[in-house]
Amino acid sequence: MKKQTEEMYYTQGLAVPETPKPGDPPKPWKQTNVIGKKIPRIDAYERVSGTAVYPSDLVLPRMLFGAILRCPHPHAMVKGVDTRKAEKMPGVHAVISGSTPENNPNWKYSTFGRIEFATRIFEANCRYEGEPVAAVAAETPYQAWDAVRAIQVEYEVLPFVADEEKALAPGAPRIHEKGNQVGETQRYSRGDVQKGLNEADVVVEMSFNTACELHTPMELHGCVADWDGDNLTIWESTQGVYPVQNGVAQALGLPLSKVRVIGRYMGGGFGSKLRAGKYTVIAALLARMTARPVKLVLSREETYLATGNRPPVHMKLKAGVKQDGTLTALDFSCLASGGAYPAGGTSLVDWVVRDLYLCPNVRSEMTDVYINAGPARPMRAPGHPQGAWALEQMMDALAEKIGMDPVDLRLKNIPAFSQAREGNPPYTSTGLQACLVEGAKVFGWKEAREKIGKETPRGSVRRGVGVAAGLWVAGGGGPPSTVLVKLFSDGSVNLNMGASDIGTGTKTVMAMVVSEELGIRPEMIQIENADTGTTQYATASGGSKTVPTEAPAVRAAAVEVRRQLFALAASELKTDPTSLYLMGGEVSSKEDPSKKIKIIEVPGLKRAGVIVGVGYRGPNPQNRAVNPFAAQFCEVEVNMKTGEVKILRFLAAQDSGRVMNRLTYDSQVIGGITMGIGLAMTEARILDRNGTGKLVNRNWHDYKVPTALDVPAEITALPIEPEDAEANTTGSKGLGEPVTIPTAAAVANAVRHATGIRVLDTPMSPARLCKLIAEKGKEG
Amino acid sequence: MSRRTDNEDPKTGMTRRSFIKGVGVGAAAAAAASGTLSALTDAEAKEAKAEEMQKLTLRVNGRSHRLLVEPRWSLLFVLREKMGLTGTKVGCERGECGACTVLINGVPQYACMTLALEAEGHEITTVEGLMKGEELGPVQQAFLENDAFQCGYCTPGQIMAAEGLLRANAPLTVAEIQKGMSGNLCRCGAYTHIFRAVEAAAKARSGKRGEP
Repeated sequence: MKKQTEEMYYTQGLAVPETPKPGDPPKPWKQTNVIGKKIPRIDAYERVSGTAVYPSDLVLPRMLFGAILRCPHPHAMVKGVDTRKAEKMPGVHAVISGSTPENNPNWKYSTFGRIEFATRIFEANCRYEGEPVAAVAAETPYQAWDAVRAIQVEYEVLPFVADEEKALAPGAPRIHEKGNQVGETQRYSRGDVQKGLNEADVVVEMSFNTACELHTPMELHGCVADWDGDNLTIWESTQGVYPVQNGVAQALGLPLSKVRVIGRYMGGGFGSKLRAGKYTVIAALLARMTARPVKLVLSREETYLATGNRPPVHMKLKAGVKQDGTLTALDFSCLASGGAYPAGGTSLVDWVVRDLYLCPNVRSEMTDVYINAGPARPMRAPGHPQGAWALEQMMDALAEKIGMDPVDLRLKNIPAFSQAREGNPPYTSTGLQACLVEGAKVFGWKEAREKIGKETPRGSVRRGVGVAAGLWVAGGGGPPSTVLVKLFSDGSVNLNMGASDIGTGTKTVMAMVVSEELGIRPEMIQIENADTGTTQYATASGGSKTVPTEAPAVRAAAVEVRRQLFALAASELKTDPTSLYLMGGEVSSKEDPSKKIKIIEVPGLKRAGVIVGVGYRGPNPQNRAVNPFAAQFCEVEVNMKTGEVKILRFLAAQDSGRVMNRLTYDSQVIGGITMGIGLAMTEARILDRNGTGKLVNRNWHDYKVPTALDVPAEITALPIEPEDAEANTTGSKGLGEPVTIPTAAAVANAVRHATGIRVLDTPMSPARLCKLIAEKGKEG
Repeated sequence: MSRRTDNEDPKTGMTRRSFIKGVGVGAAAAAAASGTLSALTDAEAKEAKAEEMQKLTLRVNGRSHRLLVEPRWSLLFVLREKMGLTGTKVGCERGECGACTVLINGVPQYACMTLALEAEGHEITTVEGLMKGEELGPVQQAFLENDAFQCGYCTPGQIMAAEGLLRANAPLTVAEIQKGMSGNLCRCGAYTHIFRAVEAAAKARSGKRGEP
């Protein structure tokens, strides 16, 4: 039995890495036994069997259901709320609104700390359609919605502006007292753009627009809130339990220790679930008032109106290039809107322009404006896909003008350091060049271009290939993060970390790190995560920083467990702990092979019951930039009669440092490309800007996300893994966001190659393409 | 476990309602073509007063459950909030995303577009019903092995759509899988891995059928 257990827990014959001296960080992995392999998720069973309990699945005894009444106008002042009829309806336990001041705390908006704005949970001045006005708790959701419909609200309907390009026009309705611009226009400049343009052989200027996208994760936003006396527990569908705890504690004026947030599973967020929502606080208020647990899960329509978006951006880009492909100048400006509150409308839009290619003369100007629409939330690589839509189409256009292969033009301008950061720090690693070279090779780029060039087009179908590159400003992660690894007396392991697994496979990757360091099989590791009451501090899972943040902390904790284990084993074996190594669940001396002991037989461990290793995320390297890079290639077919684009194949060459789990790595790549296809082809929030100002497409039927029919049957991931000993102790960089940055631009460039039409605006719907094809036909 | 009632129910035509409720085009159409679609019939619906709770017996995963329901309650609401079968997920409650897909008489249907009362007398299978005790069913296993999901929230619905597609016994090309799965959205974008999983499950299924 004993032997069986050992074999079950540990893989025999696998050496684990050297144990560093106390105080030293572990050395980079050389050969790995577990990291980088294709390993199915350790929580896959729960997710495919239906046993995983997501926050919206939770059913508690005596639980009530909440629902929110939202303002139906893009801009209106609430003059009065009459809840008398609603309160008397069957099953209704509580109704709250701006007329119940004890249940209307403050609520803050901010643009990444730059600008803050305080309002109320039930704000009388409704600056967007979907602003909460009142809320109900009832015995069934049906009864809650009945009551919501019975609430009478008197609105003073105000003039609105729903068109970001008209927000600053004279006479535009004011959304905030100080006007409709969010702070100052942000300016950046290096070198001399005019000089750069003068030096150029070719100058191209184009305007680009990207439509507003909505996150629409499959699990609706929401939570279950429950009070035990003055202790509040919230089960929230979130990317970060600690930020939710903070937001709720702040809104309700509670100590952090009185708010426990649990989010073990969550059904997608893409940046829209990084923090608490108004709905979280409303659920807590309703639960306090009724002294019962309250489940408040938004309707799909509410999530369209009020849980964030990728801001619409209008961009201008002027670029200069020499005949040999040297970039001489990039002059960029944009106008964008994060909706009715400060929410980062222009956040990071110019970053790729500033930092992706070597260019001495760069200028950027970004203006963020208010419109009467739902506030933005970060969406998968905020700003970057928009900026790449402009820059990467511009690179394509420049290459065409100077008669150069677009891959070669990019290769001509590869920087080894970050030009946009102060002090021009070098990258710890950059695989941009390798992504382009290797990607082109595996895709068959030159051959495909040649073949298509020689083809005589048949019928109405045209074929084309496109390339685009990208980088992600974050993706290096960093402190703080604390994790615990516990080694039980039978040799099995518990890993305790605060980070959420948002579907990226975080838990599995972390189990693999422990497995690599201790030799224990990943499936033998129990994981406790995303619970402010019982797990360690972690920032929200987002920004493609979860693996590079958490994996080094997990590695440090596992190494610490090994060090403590060696100390206990050394006293039993009467030897020096530094002479010990671990293999197959057995601690042995390097010098004297007769000195060995199985983990489960170490008396110190038996006595203690458990060894607890604490791991912290160390600092990032100084004066270095840690960024992931990408180059993507695709082939499309365009039907010139219908305007339909069929994406035939996609290849993503990604430098995200070390591949941690090849299976979930591939999943991230196909997911990012699929979302990028949405930006390119189908997604656009439509506001009735000249009519009612209301959201027109407020469901998945009218706002189209890619389906199984919109993606190629195969998407190839090509990992580029430059050695990176500096980034962190695992050599990993983020993946989830960089994979969606170049995608839309790559498709646009392929469409240009196929049709000769440069599509400047997203989405490239059949209607838009048909119009452009017709215009081109007229030009002859 | 009895899965289908097609032999008991001679009606295989498609009413407008069952068409609307059907998953995507693919799975339902494939089922209809092979004559296995057994539509819920309008004639079976009794007139019920909105405020009166109704007695109802539901056949779910091979067992009968007696319940009291409001006539307006959806099958989705009853499965999740009243029976605790939360493997069936809620995504849109308007027949767009497929997260709530269950099999009704072996055919994928949206539980959000089906009233609980309408489902009486039919065999309902949820993702929990594909398990053999604690053991995963073959489609679930294929999804696990091919990492055919990310956040996992649409996954039970995807698995039920795939299960329905495979039960229709039509030979499947990738294009047919794409069509068959097109009634189920996955915002994480796991589609290409879902195609691989369905291919693997189809292969395992035909291998099994071929056995003596």
